[in-house]
Amino acid sequence: MLNYIKENLRQYGLIVALIVIAIIFHILTNGTIFRPANITSLILQNSYILILAIGMILVIVTGRIDLSVGSVAAFSGALAGVLIVQQNWPVWLAIIVTLLAGALIGAWHGFWIAAVGVPFFVVTLGGMLIFRGATMLLLDGLFVGPFPASFQMMAAGFIPDFFGGTDFNIMAVVVCIVLAVIFVLLELRKRFLAKKYDVESEPLLFFIIKLVFILTAIGLFAYWFGASNGIPNILIVLSIMILLYSYIANRTILGRHIYATGGSADTSKLSGIKVKRIVFLVYTNMGLLAALAGLVFTARLNSAMPRAGDGFELEAIAAAFIGGASPYGGVGKVSGAIIGAMVVGIINNGMNILGVPVEWQQVTTGLVLLSAVIFDVYIKNRSDRPKQNDALSTKKVQAGKAS
Amino acid sequence: MNTLLEMKTITKRFDSILALENVSFTVEEGEIHAIVGENGAGKSTLMKVLSGVYSYGDYEGEIFYNGNLCRFKNIKDSEKQGIVIIHQELALIPYLSISENIFLGNEQKKNGLISWHITHQKTKELLAKVGLDENPNTLISGIGVGKQQLVEIAKALSKQVNVLVLDEPTAALNDIESENLLHLLLELKKEGVTCILISHKLQEVLKVSDRITIIRDGQVVETLSNVDVDENRIIRGMVGRDIVDRFPARDVVLGDVLFEVSHWTVYHPDIADKKVIDEANISVRKGEVVGIAGLMGAGRTEFAMSLFGGAYGTKISGRIIKDGKPIVLKSISQAISNGIAYVTEDRKQYGLILDETISRNTSLANLKAVSKHFTVDEVQEKRVAEDYRKKMDLRARDVLQHAKNLSGGNQQKVVLSKWLFADPDVLILDEPTRGVDVGAKYEIYMIINELARQGKCVIVISSELPEVIGLSDRIFIMSEGRIVGELSKEDATQEAIMERIMEH
Repeated sequence: MLNYIKENLRQYGLIVALIVIAIIFHILTNGTIFRPANITSLILQNSYILILAIGMILVIVTGRIDLSVGSVAAFSGALAGVLIVQQNWPVWLAIIVTLLAGALIGAWHGFWIAAVGVPFFVVTLGGMLIFRGATMLLLDGLFVGPFPASFQMMAAGFIPDFFGGTDFNIMAVVVCIVLAVIFVLLELRKRFLAKKYDVESEPLLFFIIKLVFILTAIGLFAYWFGASNGIPNILIVLSIMILLYSYIANRTILGRHIYATGGSADTSKLSGIKVKRIVFLVYTNMGLLAALAGLVFTARLNSAMPRAGDGFELEAIAAAFIGGASPYGGVGKVSGAIIGAMVVGIINNGMNILGVPVEWQQVTTGLVLLSAVIFDVYIKNRSDRPKQNDALSTKKVQAGKAS
Repeated sequence: MNTLLEMKTITKRFDSILALENVSFTVEEGEIHAIVGENGAGKSTLMKVLSGVYSYGDYEGEIFYNGNLCRFKNIKDSEKQGIVIIHQELALIPYLSISENIFLGNEQKKNGLISWHITHQKTKELLAKVGLDENPNTLISGIGVGKQQLVEIAKALSKQVNVLVLDEPTAALNDIESENLLHLLLELKKEGVTCILISHKLQEVLKVSDRITIIRDGQVVETLSNVDVDENRIIRGMVGRDIVDRFPARDVVLGDVLFEVSHWTVYHPDIADKKVIDEANISVRKGEVVGIAGLMGAGRTEFAMSLFGGAYGTKISGRIIKDGKPIVLKSISQAISNGIAYVTEDRKQYGLILDETISRNTSLANLKAVSKHFTVDEVQEKRVAEDYRKKMDLRARDVLQHAKNLSGGNQQKVVLSKWLFADPDVLILDEPTRGVDVGAKYEIYMIINELARQGKCVIVISSELPEVIGLSDRIFIMSEGRIVGELSKEDATQEAIMERIMEH
C-alpha cells in the first residue's frame, strides 16, 4: 500500500492540488467560481487549450515540443473564415478541409523532424512564424466574420433538452446518470479481471476513494449543467477526444510505441519500433488538433482574427508539464495534461472574478508551473538515489567497444 | 636511474566490486613502461587513479611522485605535476581548429585576451615536434584519427609534460600511423619524457618499452624487463589464471546448420570507404553456442548489429541464409519477425527503457503477442512478465517495478526476457554478463544452455576469454573486422585465441 502511494504520488498529488486550488478559489470568490453559469463558461474558455494539451502531451512524451500550435490554430481559423464567410462554402466541407490542412501542416513539421532530422525546436519555431504570417496574409490583416449559426453551435451551443425540463435541464442529469453507471461497471470489470488473473491492481481503499471522487464529480456536473443551459456541445467533443486519446495512449500498441520512443529512442529502435514513423505521426496529429482548436476558438469568438491563438502553444505546454509530463520524454498522461489545463483554467478564471490583473495571472501560472516541475524533480531525486552499483562496475569491466 | 613515480598498494573498489587490489609498481625516470592485460583487468582504472580522475581518498594506497605523496583531487592537479593522460577515446572537439584544441583550457593570453599570434606560433612549434605537417587552423574534423592522436600528444607537450600516459594509442591507427607514433615516443624518450603505454598490441610493446607490467583481474602479476621476453611469455602472464569450473555443463545436441552468413561486408556509417567488417563468414547449427572472440574495436558488435536488420553500418553486402533460404533484412522489425534477436552490450542505453516497468520492457519487442485489435491486453502482458520473472528467477518486488531500480544482473534478465518473448531462432548475445556479479553470471549461463537445448542458435560475443571458451561449442576469432580463425571447443585455449588475434 505504501509502495502504491509512493509510485503514484504524482498523480494523486495533482488531483489533491486541483481540489485544494478549487476550494481556495471557492472561498476567495464567495462561491462565484462554482456557480453553474461560470462552470459553463470555464469549460468554453478552456476548451481549445484542452484540445491542444491532448496533442501536446503526446509530442512531449516523445521528448519533443511543438511551438507552432498557436499559429497553426490561428491559420486554421483564418482558413475557415475565408472559406465559410468569404467563399460561402458549406460549413461541414470547410471544417473537413481545415482539419485536413492542419494535419498536412503537422505532417510538414513531422517530415522535417523525423525523416530529415532537423531539430524540432527549429522546425516548429519556423512553423510558428510561417503560419502566423500566413494567417495575416490570408486575412489581409482584418477580422473575418460573423459566421453562420451552424458553425457557432460547435463552441457555443448546448445539447437540447429532449425531456422538456423547464427551469432545470433534465437531459443533463440523465446523461450524467448513464455515464456514472457505465463508469462504475467498467471499473468493476477491470478490477474483476485483474483479480481473476492474479495481477496486482490498486488497493481497495484507493479504488473506493477513486469511485467516490469521480461519482461526486459527475454529480456536481449534473447539478451545474442542469441548473444552467445544459451540456455544452463542446463538452461532448472534448469528452470523446479525452476518451479516445487516453485509450490510444494507454491501451494500444501505437500508444506503447509513443511512450517507448520517448523513454529511450535507442532501445525502441533496437526493439523493432519504427521511431521515425512514430514521431511523424505525433506531429501530424498535433497539426490536426491545432486545427480543431482553431476552429473551436473561431466559433466561440465568431470571428477569425490575425492575432488569434497567440501564446496558446505555451499554455498547452505548461498544462502538460503541470500535469506531470517529463521534459525528457517517456512520461506523461493525457489525463494529467487535462488536469494541468484545468488547474491553469481555474486559477485564471478565479483571478478574473477577483479582478486580479492579467499580469499577476501570468506570474501565478508561471509559479504553479515551476513548483509542479520542482516537485517532479524532488520526487525523481528521491527515488533515484542509492542503487548505483553497476554503472560503475561496467566501467570496471571497461571494454567499451566502438559504436 | 632513479624512481620517478611509485604507486603503492593501490586498491580501488566500485561498491562491492574490487577493480584494483593492492597494485604496486614503479616507473623509472625516462623509461617507457608498458602495462598489458586483458580487457577489464584494471589498466584503465589504474591510470585513472594516477591522473586524479578518481581523487585522493576514493582509493586506498598511495602515490609518490618525485618522492612526494600526491593527493590529486582532479585531472588539473595531476597535470600541474606534469602527469598527462591521453585517453582511448580522443578528447578533441571536432569543430575547433588544431591550435584551439591544443590550447583549450590553457589559452595563451595577453592582457586578458587570447593572443592568436602566440597560439599560432606555439602550435607550429609543437606540431613540428610531433612531426605533424598541418596548418594550425585546420579543423580537427578535417584530419584523420592518426593525426588527431598526434594533436593529442602535442596538446600534452604544451603542458610541460613529465609523464605521458597513453591508453591504447594505436587502437584506431593503421600500420604506418602506428609506426610513426611509436617512433615519436622514442624521440620523446630521448628528450627525457617518461611514458606509460597501455596497449593490446604486444609487438608494439616489445618494440618500444623498457619494462612491462602485467595486470590480471585487478592485480599485478609481474613486471618484466624487456630483455629475452617474447609475446608468448607475456600472453602466458596475461591469461595464466586457473580456470575453475565456472560454467554449467550441457549435453550438446547439434542439428543442421540453421543460420549462415557469408561474405558479409559493412562500411562505417560516417567515415566513407572505411570497411568495418570485411568478408566475414560464420555458420551456426541448431542447438549450438558459437562464440565470437576478439579485442575491443575488432568489430564484433558492429558485425552483430549489422546482421540485425542493418542496425549498424552502411553499404552492407553479403548473404544471410536461414533454414536453407536466403533472407534479406532491411529493418530491425524485419529481423525480429525473421526470428533474429540481438541482446545489446549496453543494456542501459540500448536494452531497456529504464523509466518503465519490468512488464512493459518485457513485451516491448513483441507487443502484438499480447494484443488484440491493436489494443494491448495489460492483464495478459503482466502474466507474461510474471512468467518470465519466475523462469529467470528475476529478483524484483513485482513486475511493476521500474527497470532502473534493478541490479545489473536482474536488468540483464529483463532484457533477456524481452528477447525470449520475441521467440527468436537465432540469439546474438553481446557481452551478456558485463557488469553482472558472479552469481547472476552463472544463472545467465544456465539460460544460454537452456536456449541451446531448445534447439536455438546462440551467438555469444564476449571480451572475457574464459567465458567464450567456457560457453561455446565453437569459436570464431575476429580481428580488425575479419574472421581470422575458427577453433573447436577442444582446441580453444586462451593462448590459442590470443595468438590468432596477435598474428593479424
